[in-house]
Amino acid sequence: MKHVKTLNTKLLQNTVAKGGCGECQTSVANQACENR
Amino acid sequence: MIHKYSMNGLFIVLDVNSGAVHVVDEIVYDILDFYKELPLDEIISKLKEKYSADAVKEAYGEIKELENEKLLYTEDIYKEVIPLIERRDPVVKALCLHIAHDCNLKCKYCFAEEGEYHGKRELMSLEVGKKAIDFLIKASGKRKNLEVDFFGGEPLMNFDVVKGIVEYARSIEKDNGKNFRFTITTNGILLNDDIMEYINENMHNVVLSIDGRKEVHDRMRPRAGGQGSYDNIVPKFQKLAESRNQTDYYVRGTFTRHNLDFGKDVLHLADLGFKQISVEPVVADPSEDYAIQEEDLPVIFEEYERLAKDIIKRRKEGKWFNFFHFMIDLTGGPCVTKRLVGCGSGTEYLAVTPTGDLYPCHQFVGQEQFKMGTVDTGVVNTDIRKDFEQCNVYNKPVCQNCWAKFYCSGGCVANSYNSHGDLITPYEIGCEMQKKRIECAIMIKAVENEE
Repeated sequence: MKHVKTLNTKLLQNTVAKGGCGECQTSVANQACENR
Repeated sequence: MIHKYSMNGLFIVLDVNSGAVHVVDEIVYDILDFYKELPLDEIISKLKEKYSADAVKEAYGEIKELENEKLLYTEDIYKEVIPLIERRDPVVKALCLHIAHDCNLKCKYCFAEEGEYHGKRELMSLEVGKKAIDFLIKASGKRKNLEVDFFGGEPLMNFDVVKGIVEYARSIEKDNGKNFRFTITTNGILLNDDIMEYINENMHNVVLSIDGRKEVHDRMRPRAGGQGSYDNIVPKFQKLAESRNQTDYYVRGTFTRHNLDFGKDVLHLADLGFKQISVEPVVADPSEDYAIQEEDLPVIFEEYERLAKDIIKRRKEGKWFNFFHFMIDLTGGPCVTKRLVGCGSGTEYLAVTPTGDLYPCHQFVGQEQFKMGTVDTGVVNTDIRKDFEQCNVYNKPVCQNCWAKFYCSGGCVANSYNSHGDLITPYEIGCEMQKKRIECAIMIKAVENEE
């Protein structure tokens, strides 16, 4: 694209199916997932 | 929903529900003001003084393409996650152990009132500490990774008990299929080589309290006799940070209305050699002379932006350091579930007083109406837990139309309670600062991406 540079895509949608295990550290914007 | 802003010469667009971030040129940025309200020919007319019709058509086409690829104006599909969260068995995976309700400093902004938390000076016994570990193992269900924070007051005033609790937890974790992660916070006064060695061998993270410049630190963090503490702690903190290879620690400061130029404190800490830095706004009763007021926000916003630019400049010069509130992961980060519920206070995360009482988090300790049980009984006041279980982004009316909701989880519940007397109305001044920090963090990522 000439006018747009996209830094990332679908950051959130990709985690819906696989998420919520709760094994991550207590915090949220930069938390690492223990399961991916 | 989208959020767009201009900072440091960049035009940045965040698609809220996908998390996609786009750096655009000015024509796209301008078209987005009208894109959802007006047809193309009217947008061309609106912008004809600034852009040619062909240029607007071309940029409009790219916006349309992003929308078709579900990278702009995407729908919120995450409410479906909420029932899954509500059906989860209640488990506890993290405890904040108030190892000492006593302190050797008299910090003026301390929400714990010189470490006493509205009560009397007390130290946790090893017996209570062991019971807390037993409670955590039992209450954690199938969770494997468990966390214990040693907090205060000043934890080093009861360090033998800290060591006893760590030893006990380590002795039983494998048999119970658990993995403990320990953190300790200290003001540094009692820090010595032996304690540093122990911390390095046993603590996954250590938080070192220092506010920044000597005059700023000593004004707010005096000793009982009124003398400052800066000169005592700085060499020890520098030694500890180096001994941990500048990882797995934070120097953590508080800024108040007295130092709204807090960026200078951040850079001062960086100049002292620290690489992991957090300087955070004070949480205080608005009547205090050091409390952040709404009228301070424009100055604070400028300071955050100036700090973001300073960080970019220093990184280019090879003088990298990490600023806690500008950390953001745009390619990974936590799952949506985690983003919606945040810290888990009152549910997955509890605080334990020196006598073994359970509270929703360290900021609620001492407020009797929030006592949830004890390490002997477990959580018996399940009504409190239910109230905290409701603390997700979708139950907070103010958050529904906020672009930052997936980066803050609806804000700090304790701040909500302290400012509004309920758990779901966010603390507005905190929200505004948080949003500015997220904008700065994304801008830094955008600059790094361009390079």
